[in-house]
Amino acid sequence: MCGIAGCVALRPGAAPPSIEDLTAMAGAMRHRGPDEFGLYRDARAGLAHARLSIIDLATGQQPLCNEDGTLWIVFNGEIFNYLELREELQALGHRFRTRSDTEVIVHAWEAWGEDSFARFNGQFAVGLWDGRAEALVLARDRLGVRPLYLAEQGGRLWFASEVRALFAGAPELPRALDPVGLSETFTFWTVVPPQAVFQGVSELEPGHVRVYRDGAVRDRAFWTPRYPAAPGEGFQGTLPEAAERVEAALEQAVRLRMLRADVPVGSYLSGGLDSSLVAALGRRVKGERFLTFSLRFENAEYDETSYQRAAVARIGSDHREVVVGPNDIAEVFPEVVLHAERPLLRTAPAPLFLLSRLVRDSGIKVVLTGEGADEMFAGYDLFREGQVRRFWGRQPASKARPRLLERLYPYLARSPVAQQGMAREFFGRNREQGKLPGFAHQTRWGPAAALQRLFTEEVRRAAGEVDVVGRLLASLPPEFPRWRALAQDQYLEVRTLLAGYLLASQGDRMLMANSVEGRFPFLDADVVELANALPPSYKLRGLDEKHVLKRAARQLVPEEILRRPKQPYRAPDALSFVGPQAPEWVGETLSPEAVRQAGVFAPEGVARLWKKCQASGGGAQFSNADNMALVGVLSTGLLVQQLVRRPPERATAVPFRTVVDRLTHPGAGPRPANETESRPS
Amino acid sequence: MNHAPQVKKFIVENFYVSDANALGPETSLLEGGYVDSTGMLEIVTFLEEKFSIKVAEEELVPENFETIARICAYLERKQAKA
Repeated sequence: MCGIAGCVALRPGAAPPSIEDLTAMAGAMRHRGPDEFGLYRDARAGLAHARLSIIDLATGQQPLCNEDGTLWIVFNGEIFNYLELREELQALGHRFRTRSDTEVIVHAWEAWGEDSFARFNGQFAVGLWDGRAEALVLARDRLGVRPLYLAEQGGRLWFASEVRALFAGAPELPRALDPVGLSETFTFWTVVPPQAVFQGVSELEPGHVRVYRDGAVRDRAFWTPRYPAAPGEGFQGTLPEAAERVEAALEQAVRLRMLRADVPVGSYLSGGLDSSLVAALGRRVKGERFLTFSLRFENAEYDETSYQRAAVARIGSDHREVVVGPNDIAEVFPEVVLHAERPLLRTAPAPLFLLSRLVRDSGIKVVLTGEGADEMFAGYDLFREGQVRRFWGRQPASKARPRLLERLYPYLARSPVAQQGMAREFFGRNREQGKLPGFAHQTRWGPAAALQRLFTEEVRRAAGEVDVVGRLLASLPPEFPRWRALAQDQYLEVRTLLAGYLLASQGDRMLMANSVEGRFPFLDADVVELANALPPSYKLRGLDEKHVLKRAARQLVPEEILRRPKQPYRAPDALSFVGPQAPEWVGETLSPEAVRQAGVFAPEGVARLWKKCQASGGGAQFSNADNMALVGVLSTGLLVQQLVRRPPERATAVPFRTVVDRLTHPGAGPRPANETESRPS
Repeated sequence: MNHAPQVKKFIVENFYVSDANALGPETSLLEGGYVDSTGMLEIVTFLEEKFSIKVAEEELVPENFETIARICAYLERKQAKA
């Protein structure tokens, strides 16, 4: 786990990358890889690397090359099946100098080219410079666990794990928010790659490989999610057989993630099904002292302590906790936004930032998490809601069918009549259009998009040039209409919220902020293929979410966790920023002057929003819209302050361990992969 | 009595409308992105408290609350009956 960056002259004869720029990029990613630094440079390409050492501590330094020094790599992540691939490659005659997974990628590229990436079971972002072909290859794992951003300017291409490193390495890049990126954020709750929130910056799509060669660019998907499209396709076994297969696949996924590490691996434990199952399997694989980490909330509405304790008692782990109060969230929020590098509509990433800090302070570098289970096994309310709304829409006049909503959201049954009526209005809108793509997501996207009324007229006009929902739905795979409704909903969830928010803002960024690597058994290649092949009714059985997973977990997870209603992970939102204890930056960021300077929102609207939130006092319930609006405005303001207006920090000295500079040594021959030299200071 | 200014003031403030001029009597509150369903509840609560009326279940239909003009018409009918 690491940070990677690079700069390539897209045309021969353009100025070579400078050591200063590469140093600045490595320095900007210090939090991602504080252990070792390295760089490579020739007349066309420069690569920079910040390393968090996890596999092959002794000889896994980067950048690293092939046998004859013509192919150089920077790599962030893990290839969990690297030992198996290494054997295959050795059988093909490739010679290895290190024990790292990094070197496996280099030889895989030589042997299989672009087909390599589909063979990797892992989480990765890769930059490969083929000096002989003068080609740059960039690739990113199937679901987007590891980030990769790009920018072009003046005939040069810059890439990096984080936008901050792009800005540090190329101060000449314009720094401004992109209205279309904002429009996506205030619709899908995130940008959807390749769209980024900064103008001129793009994000490599998950599962894609991109090659720059001879002045041309080719970008293709080496993997996309697939679901059964016709009867007879997909998993044909019984439900108990499916549960057995799921348990076996998950155990293997956990085993790979526990054992393919040269440092201890711990686990997050939320108290829900997914992380309890992962932690139980981790403990089973490890068979000895095993650390688990939990978030607790002072506010009982969000807290899951009793379930966490039950899981710990069952697993027998060495357990650590951090207790989060509303002031804690406000206090770290600026730093959270700095690391997330995008506007947030929820504060939920903030507690996860505090949790990864606890992990680091406990001396652990790698944790398993339960992320991905809800997407792969249909855990979200949105999926159940979509099924109920479609069912109702087949008899739109039915009085009984909408009552199913009360099964879904029990609070409705206890609500005042007016609220029930409005809920029917809300969920029932366009209910007869259940076959249209995006149907289930309308109830999420619509209310978020309504918040664009806060944009300035100028931003609204610029944002309006792209219909972001239309663009997303126009880019669906051709087989999409043949998938079952649940599979369609899962695909959209994976494409939007998983990659853009859960794995990024709540995942990689909050983990790497404290130099901790997350590993995601539910996103294992085999687990994903199996889950996607299952019939929808095995995942969502009636309204029982993750049904097959619960069966698979029966022997491993306490009964009370199997039976508990799903509790979405949430943290106090607007509540964190109101009241006398709110930090000063809140009021400053919302002041008409700051809002005007940021140039995204109209000061009048923000003033009204702030007044309403303040008037609600500390104890009041904020509506979903108020929560998203306040958190969205605050995070956007913090983003502008920290990443747009503030000039990027340029590190001038980084303790490089690996330096290969072909420009100052034009006659230098190839160097072995693990040979390093120290750079004269 | 013309309730429109009061209703509009509430909507502008409560739903943090930036440009009050763009919100006319016939602007659709739902389609225009001003109000979502929980927002509608806030409107109903406001009307019940401010104008001492009781909104019945069968009256909770978009026809009554879709625009400021419809809200005002609804209010007048309610008050005429009272």
